[in-house]
Amino acid sequence: MATEQTTAAELRAPEASALREAVALEHRPGRPSPVSATLTYTWRALLKIKHVPEQLFDVTVSPIIFTLMFTYLFGGALAGDVTTYLQFLLPGILVQAVLFTTIYTGYTMNNDITKGVFDRFRSLPVWRPAPIVGALLGDTVRYTIASIVTLTLGLVLGFRPSGGVVGVVLGVLMLLVFAFALSWVFTILGLLMRSPNAVMGTSMMVLMPLTFASNIFVDPSTMPAVLQGFVDVNPVSHLVTAVRGLMAGEPDLTAVTWVLVASVVLTAALAPITMRLYRNRS
Amino acid sequence: MSPSSTDDLAIEARGLVKHFTSGKSVTKAVDGIDLTVPEGTVLGVLGPNGAGKTTAVRMLATLLRPDAGTATVLGHDVVRDADKVRSVVGLTGQYASVDEDLTGTENLVMLARLYGFLGGSARARSTELLDAFGLGDAGDRQVKTYSGGMRRRIDLAASLVMSPRVLFLDEPTTGLDPRSRNQVWDIIRVLVADGATVLLTTQYLEEADQLADKIAVIDHGRVIAEGTATELKRSVGQGAVHLRLADSAQRARAAELVATVLGAEVSLANDPYAFSARVPDDGGPAVARLLPALDDEGIAVPEFSLGQPSLDEVFLALTGQPLDEDPGASDDETIEEVA
Repeated sequence: MATEQTTAAELRAPEASALREAVALEHRPGRPSPVSATLTYTWRALLKIKHVPEQLFDVTVSPIIFTLMFTYLFGGALAGDVTTYLQFLLPGILVQAVLFTTIYTGYTMNNDITKGVFDRFRSLPVWRPAPIVGALLGDTVRYTIASIVTLTLGLVLGFRPSGGVVGVVLGVLMLLVFAFALSWVFTILGLLMRSPNAVMGTSMMVLMPLTFASNIFVDPSTMPAVLQGFVDVNPVSHLVTAVRGLMAGEPDLTAVTWVLVASVVLTAALAPITMRLYRNRS
Repeated sequence: MSPSSTDDLAIEARGLVKHFTSGKSVTKAVDGIDLTVPEGTVLGVLGPNGAGKTTAVRMLATLLRPDAGTATVLGHDVVRDADKVRSVVGLTGQYASVDEDLTGTENLVMLARLYGFLGGSARARSTELLDAFGLGDAGDRQVKTYSGGMRRRIDLAASLVMSPRVLFLDEPTTGLDPRSRNQVWDIIRVLVADGATVLLTTQYLEEADQLADKIAVIDHGRVIAEGTATELKRSVGQGAVHLRLADSAQRARAAELVATVLGAEVSLANDPYAFSARVPDDGGPAVARLLPALDDEGIAVPEFSLGQPSLDEVFLALTGQPLDEDPGASDDETIEEVA
């Protein structure tokens, strides 16, 4: 055994000296700023999109399917003709597409936890919220992609927003702001649940009723009173109204204010809870 | 262990406790552990699955808040000065891992940036580490394509980006083939020779014996014995002598002689040329008299060895249970403790 080791050590002598040099670090850099640390985590999120492009599949394919399905299956029946319905549906389906994409925030976070990547991050001397904020910023890239796909398809099918480019861009920005705020719900689920699939399942259960019992697909005035009551308080309805208004060039300021306030409140309330869970996770 | 030597201690833990509650059952993962590791030394924390090794390391590495007790790393409290602790420790374990979807280079560049290396210097640091760990050619491949040994080396490299003075290695070789295990051992030896302090958990007796200056044996969340490998072995007796004769016809006579000289029972091996005898506690001088006595009787002994008891026997003597050495079972501990 002893002789074996000596031989092994001799054979790897160059490597051992390289190792010694690598370990003898002459210059220790100072710790990175919160912004720099956060952006490094955002860079990681983007690298993951590059290496695992499959994760964009859901982001791109499901909005396409939903848009086509609702436009052509129900469009004629609901609004008389397909093009008229599309003007109503597209901002709503855009909201749905992006909101469903937020689920991945919790899913990837839980994946990082189960794979041990998060503990590596937690063992680093950086600004504590950096991994989470960085990941959320990276996710907005995904939301943007989902938005572009849905909008492009809509334009091809005949969506002609009267708000023009400015109205559409403002609508998308509004949506991104709310999606970022809503993501904190999923970071909490991601930190609490035991497996990525559990996060996925629970998140779907939350989002399904929120998106369907809203004004995304139809005008709620034909719904029973009880359901109408829910639709009226449903945050998704306000968001859809705000986005629709901006894209139509007739901004509904009440809805816009409501969405902005809700985004601030969600972030202010949920970000500290997320950080607390992140710090104390055992 | 004396309080006056605190200055030179890299790691000091006093009465660490961590209990996990799930429903009504409480798991006492760590139930009052004291550990001291002087700077520049290696402490091997040896114990079976579920003994509390991983939980203890997670507390020392600031990933888990102790329920009770205190711990310091290079003088920084792991709870109050957690951030300072994080800037001086490196961590490698089944739970502190690199990102499998990213390439080796991307992982190391990311960590280098997080430690404050800017732009080109982060990339240079990554290249330097990959080369030093024999991964220079694999830098552009996703980590998920790495073999087990490469995977462990990139994990080690990831924990050395900042050249930490204190390194926590949680079961660094579990599941590795012997060749990769030897590579990891060589790396650890180099780091220690360079002055790093290492706390290493293992369920391999040989690993603790090979690498550690001192060994703490943990069972059920408590330290049940502490000392050098030799001290631990000595605590269960002097070991045994093993003899192999030139002529099998002489075995009965030789065995009788050995039994008389040592004053101990002899056990005959299946091999008709060989037998062994346990050495009693004060049997040292008697062992020295064995060979001349056998020689006087004209018995040729081509092979004679004095073996210390194995750490297996140590564990058996300390706990009444043999060590579970099944490496595949190690995952259970992580699931139990981390989940």
